[in-house]
Amino acid sequence: MTGAPAASPADRPSKRQDAAEAIHVENLHKRFGSLHVLKGVSLSARDGEVIAIIGGSGSGKSTLLRCINCLENPTSGIIRVNGEEIRLKADSHGHTIPADRRQIERIRSKLGMVFQSFNLWSHMTLIENVIEVPIHVLKVPRAEAIATAEKLLERVGLADKRDVYPAFLSGGQQQRGAIARALAIQPRVMLFDEPTSALDPELVGEVLKVIADLAHEGRTMVLVTHEMKFAREVASHVVYLYNGLVEEEGPPEQLFGAPRSERLKQFLRNVS
Amino acid sequence: MSVAQIAGTARARGWLRPHRIALLAVAAGLVVTAALTMRWDWLAQYWDLALLGIWRTIWILVVTTVLGFLLAVPLGLAQAAGPRYLALPARAFCTVIRGTPLLLQLWLLYYGLGALFPQFPWIRQSELWPYLRQAWPYAVLALTLSYAGYEGEVMRGAFSGVPRGQLEAARAFGMSRWKVLRRIWMPQAIHRALPTLAGETVLQLKATPLVATITVIDVYAVASKVRQETFITYEPLLLLALVYLAITGVLVFLFRRLEARIPSRLG
Repeated sequence: MTGAPAASPADRPSKRQDAAEAIHVENLHKRFGSLHVLKGVSLSARDGEVIAIIGGSGSGKSTLLRCINCLENPTSGIIRVNGEEIRLKADSHGHTIPADRRQIERIRSKLGMVFQSFNLWSHMTLIENVIEVPIHVLKVPRAEAIATAEKLLERVGLADKRDVYPAFLSGGQQQRGAIARALAIQPRVMLFDEPTSALDPELVGEVLKVIADLAHEGRTMVLVTHEMKFAREVASHVVYLYNGLVEEEGPPEQLFGAPRSERLKQFLRNVS
Repeated sequence: MSVAQIAGTARARGWLRPHRIALLAVAAGLVVTAALTMRWDWLAQYWDLALLGIWRTIWILVVTTVLGFLLAVPLGLAQAAGPRYLALPARAFCTVIRGTPLLLQLWLLYYGLGALFPQFPWIRQSELWPYLRQAWPYAVLALTLSYAGYEGEVMRGAFSGVPRGQLEAARAFGMSRWKVLRRIWMPQAIHRALPTLAGETVLQLKATPLVATITVIDVYAVASKVRQETFITYEPLLLLALVYLAITGVLVFLFRRLEARIPSRLG
């Protein structure tokens, strides 16, 4: 596990101007047909930063996250991951698609994605899920991949479940397994898409604890979440999206403590 | 007694329940009655031919299901996720195959193609001619296409049934399209389709007697031959039923084993 030296979010500067930029999004637009979901969003995540994206339903926060690894193809805008700009082109229907599939696959293999609905591969045991990408995409030797996977499963508290199929795990266990799967690729950035929204309330805590540990060890993360208390605790920078635009952003103390925008104030009242 | 022996006896005792003993007794009674009251003197004379027929039925079944399944995977994939210019022909193929009787397909190929080929000298002179002048290639082709047509439809459903999120996760970790198909999509689709495929393969077994109508001597054709030459009707047919039942039993057992390799309750 590599990463910047551990620093608690409180004594961490809100923007690390010195650190390299891991993710850079500039003037991103996304349309689904006539629906204009993202209307020019910019976002930046430097190494060691934890960016929390909050916002109401339909504000475009999940779409924004999914554009970063091109699970959704942006309509226009610039996306740079580790300084490398994703090359886009228009297909025969006028949709924007990645110009170079290999580049996308290479960039994706550096981004550890965690989904709302876990999406563990149901025909594989937990450990097979975790070693799948290291072995078959990153070409890590099998023994090494297994050793790493066992450490990761221990870390998320699932060492005893290594040979269990996902269908036999609770939601919280599946999500912790999915986090181990994402960590196994040694990602430069972890992307979390509402990781606790599909969980029973009593299972949310165990997953948040794992994510908080990752934040505290200095891992770069972009996190879409509905857990405002959690965002306030772990994030170094919070972005509030409203209707496809960044309405307000800043350090969590400022956004949650003294929101300026009326809409954000309204939103925070509604969710608390 | 060793532990293994005790376990063995316990398992045997658990299996030998009263209703099973009764059924075994009934079966034994039927066999003894059949052996004592019916005519089996023809068996010695036709034994070798019957074995050959059984062998032929089995290899036709195995070859056509394997080839048919290899065709069914792209047919299903094209329909589930392919572009229109692939999806439409695939759907048309499945519809035509499933919408016409297998006997008709078999005869169209054998009497149609089989009668057309000899008119071209270059075909008659080709290396393939020794095969094309026989009946079995047409039988294999017709049964393969039939299995592909039905299973293409099954695989379409199976491919569509794999949760999108799992495919998306595979893409999100940098798998290429081919790798997603090979590592995630196909294994799950096949596993989903296995119970249906088991049933369809049994149906395929019971479609094989049709090849007797184009002079391929399978086990059914042997039973017909016995009837025509000796005027004994029931005994060969009873034995024939037993043969198909036994092959079905083996098929069901093999598919169960396959299914058991992955626990159920898929995602």
